[in-house]
Amino acid sequence: MGMLEAILITIATAATPLLIAAVGELVVERSGVLNLGVEGMMVMGAVTGFAAALATGSPWLGFLAAIVVGALFSLLFAFLTLTLVTNQVATGLALTLLGLGLSGMLGEGFVGFPGVKLANVYIPVLTDIPLVGKLFFGQDPIFYLSILLTAGVAYFLFRTRAGLTLRSVGDNHASAHALGINVVLIRYLAVMFGGACAGLAGGYLSIVYTPQWVENMTAGRGWIALALVVFASWRPWRVLAGAYLFGAVTIGQLHAQALGIGVPSQLLSSLPYLATIVVLVLISRNRRLTMVNTPASLGRPFVPDR
Amino acid sequence: MKKTILSIAAAAAVLSFGTMAAEAKTKACFIYVGPIGDFGWSYQHHQGVLQAEKELGDQLETAYLESVPEGADAERAIERFARSGCNIIFTTSFGYMDATNKVAGKFPDVKFEHATGYKREHPNVSTYNSKFHEGRYVQGVIAAKMSKAGVAGYIASFPIPEVVLGINAFMLGAQSVNPDFKVKVVWANTWFDPGKEADAAKALIDQGADIITQHTDSTAPMQVAAERGIKAFGQASDMIAFGKDTQLTSIVDDWGPYYIHQIKSVIDGTWKQQDVWDGMKEGNVVMAPYTNMPDDVKKLAEETEAKIKSGEFNPYTGPITKQDGTEWLKAGEVADNGTLLGLNFYVKGVDDKLPQ
Amino acid sequence: MRIELVKRPQQSALYSALSPFFALALTLIAGAIMFSLLGKNPLDALYYYFIDPLREMWSLHELAVKAAPLILIAVGLSVCFLSNNWNIGAEGQFIIGAMAGSILPVMYPDFQSWIVLPLMLIMSMVGGAAYAAIPALLKTRFNTNEILTSLMLVYVAQLFLDWMVRGPWRNPAGMNFPETRNFHEYAVLPEIWPDSGRAHWGFVFALVAALLVWFMLSKTLRGFEVKVLGQSPRAGRFAGFSASKMVFFAFIVSGALAGLAGISEVSGAIGQLRPTISPGYGFAAIIVAFLGRLNPLGIVAAGLVLALSYLGGEAAQISIGVSDKVVRAFQGMLLFFVLGCDTLIHYRIRLVRTALSKAEVSHGNA
Repeated sequence: MGMLEAILITIATAATPLLIAAVGELVVERSGVLNLGVEGMMVMGAVTGFAAALATGSPWLGFLAAIVVGALFSLLFAFLTLTLVTNQVATGLALTLLGLGLSGMLGEGFVGFPGVKLANVYIPVLTDIPLVGKLFFGQDPIFYLSILLTAGVAYFLFRTRAGLTLRSVGDNHASAHALGINVVLIRYLAVMFGGACAGLAGGYLSIVYTPQWVENMTAGRGWIALALVVFASWRPWRVLAGAYLFGAVTIGQLHAQALGIGVPSQLLSSLPYLATIVVLVLISRNRRLTMVNTPASLGRPFVPDR
Repeated sequence: MKKTILSIAAAAAVLSFGTMAAEAKTKACFIYVGPIGDFGWSYQHHQGVLQAEKELGDQLETAYLESVPEGADAERAIERFARSGCNIIFTTSFGYMDATNKVAGKFPDVKFEHATGYKREHPNVSTYNSKFHEGRYVQGVIAAKMSKAGVAGYIASFPIPEVVLGINAFMLGAQSVNPDFKVKVVWANTWFDPGKEADAAKALIDQGADIITQHTDSTAPMQVAAERGIKAFGQASDMIAFGKDTQLTSIVDDWGPYYIHQIKSVIDGTWKQQDVWDGMKEGNVVMAPYTNMPDDVKKLAEETEAKIKSGEFNPYTGPITKQDGTEWLKAGEVADNGTLLGLNFYVKGVDDKLPQ
Repeated sequence: MRIELVKRPQQSALYSALSPFFALALTLIAGAIMFSLLGKNPLDALYYYFIDPLREMWSLHELAVKAAPLILIAVGLSVCFLSNNWNIGAEGQFIIGAMAGSILPVMYPDFQSWIVLPLMLIMSMVGGAAYAAIPALLKTRFNTNEILTSLMLVYVAQLFLDWMVRGPWRNPAGMNFPETRNFHEYAVLPEIWPDSGRAHWGFVFALVAALLVWFMLSKTLRGFEVKVLGQSPRAGRFAGFSASKMVFFAFIVSGALAGLAGISEVSGAIGQLRPTISPGYGFAAIIVAFLGRLNPLGIVAAGLVLALSYLGGEAAQISIGVSDKVVRAFQGMLLFFVLGCDTLIHYRIRLVRTALSKAEVSHGNA
């Protein structure tokens, strides 16, 4: 395995959980809901995914559990913000807090066990192609799923009628409602999709990335996923670009250190965050572009009138 | 409502009974910086406590608080213990240093033991630490024997003397076998973040390291090494479960003997202030079984361990040259503990610039 | 059966008063269920969480120490949140404020005079405000989302502090350990009543700040402006209020208070800078702000309740062996219930039998 290929694979592994969680959140935000609880849903997915994989011996059942728990956990958020119209920012933060606490409680018995690892894909001949074989044909299955997920969401949002409906709910819930669209139902579904994705991303951490469970193992990745959605101005393929860019900066700073470059490691560690701010500024300063893509009803409460 | 009152009364009764019982027993209390489930630093301290409970049985009562943040919360936690009838309080992280001394001043009858610090402002405060670098020297010897590339990757946490001490000892051990051995260092700036530690391990491997060692606490680097088919060393606890074909050995922090000894001295009334820096000799630093290596390497490792254990050899014995080429220790000269405890430079050969 | 909300013509005064108690009651019930599931006697657990820490004087002092930064930060955040500015980065402003306030005792330890402490307090507020002005500037100039920029700046501030205490500001007599020199006596925030415990003047600052901001919000034109711009930027514009000036105002007030909280904690409770000086006060304060329903006086109560849950968490851990994770889950639940119950203030809740409302469903009226 060449060094460049190895680095690219490492970047892909770092980017995949961010991508999955961010694409899920993108759908939520496109429907006009801001769920800041990604970190909480992710960490719940991580603990249940790990536990289910360990109990059954099957990583796939682990992923399934992570997805289901992520979606169920997001229902809590959906009930409060959509049915009881509570403040979305505060409710999202509460969800994160609850997720971190609950996952710690649930996971106490699972610390110190090596997890069940998902094997990488192997396709004879193709995987063995020098330089690029492993990168394109030899990674873990969830990596391919994350690309498919991005493509699927892009197709759904911009090429299907249901996607148009979802976006219209996010852009103007009052007129969508006037057109007879069930705004609340669509938002429930979107939030649950986001929860399922965040759960899967968490499962990826505890089953593929580092097959073990430790408290707080998401370590702020849910927040990065949220930043990526804005960074991408709510476009799926740009989320992918952003996730890989972020992965590249994260891995790049470790390589810079291993090469013995004499820059304070704290400065290098803060690069991904500074880079996110710079790109956010570059993207959002173009008002016209942002306006076109930003769901206009994002974060605004909706109560059907009668 | 009546039931509530009754139950609170019952709780109070249990409480007062608890304190009465505590007077007969000796109560030892522990403050951990991480969760006891971190499988690293705090986990090992708690293992030591469990050993002490087993050894001392009915004479001992214990209590602990986990995940106590360093800073203002630490002082409250320590004071709570001091007030709740603890006879001896162990504070197990460097950041508890000032808080420990402050509370100790207020409770002269309670004994305080602070791990890894240097301040003993009151006669009832002792400090204790372990010479983990002795184990790192043995690891360096094994690494230089096992590595084909002649390069090891070192995942470091924070540039404090203890960590620098470990990097240097590893380097010196490796140089004793292969003078041209190289060590690449990545500072993770965390004690515990599996994802980041895994990424650091991958970066080091991609840059040519074929042995991974770590001074961070998670088992993630071991898993990465296993996946990439190279060898690695564990940290703080025996991590063989995470790499049964990967772990060469691990430095196990065994606090049990020290805790048993100190608690016993409180029971006997012989406790006195001291500054303890124990190592392999006293049983605080234990090497996990040597695995996944040929017999000759195993033999060399055992010999090195035995020499350090018997006190015959100190890893910090000259000639040692600093990274910048100036002489530090002359041939046969042994570094004094004061210098070691404040070490802030690399020895020659480390492929990194020490963050200052 | 489904739930339907009917907007009240005006806020319900009754539910405004009752809602926090509903929320507390629900939390207690849910907490009791949780403790039973963990195999603990729920009444014992609740006793340790909410009563035990209040029994002794020293513990009340500790309550004030813990509540002071939470209240100070949350009071500032209430101005932000009411004006619809989502400052999530108070943790970073707390750190930068503490660092700015520590410049004198750390870099000029020989400058010892009574003037040092007031200067430190002012510098901390300037530092926190300046750091908070960054997301405000980015929001007004470039239209950048302030939730994300303020959050990213938290990580940057943490790493900056880490670098400073390990490098340039490291205590020259500290054996190379990562901490600054201890503050000299003129740089230490005094304790209010030293004989009985270690509560420092930071708690007084918190109470004063709460009163001042309460007065500003409820009695002045500026307070009216905050609320109008928060509820409807359009209406605010018609009234001649400047939205971008409000962004700066809100961020600078909350940044300054977070900075003051930072130096109070460092100078009053810790006595030096360390790699980590906050166990997440900036984030916990967001909960406090909402628990107090964005009312500075409510925030004082909320800050005390949250601080109590931390202290109680320790008591419960020692006495009945409940793990520390329970505290966080507990706080999350409390916030959920508060938010949920507050719905009652603005809406009446009707349970509708689905069979009767088929017509409405076909209108998409779920």
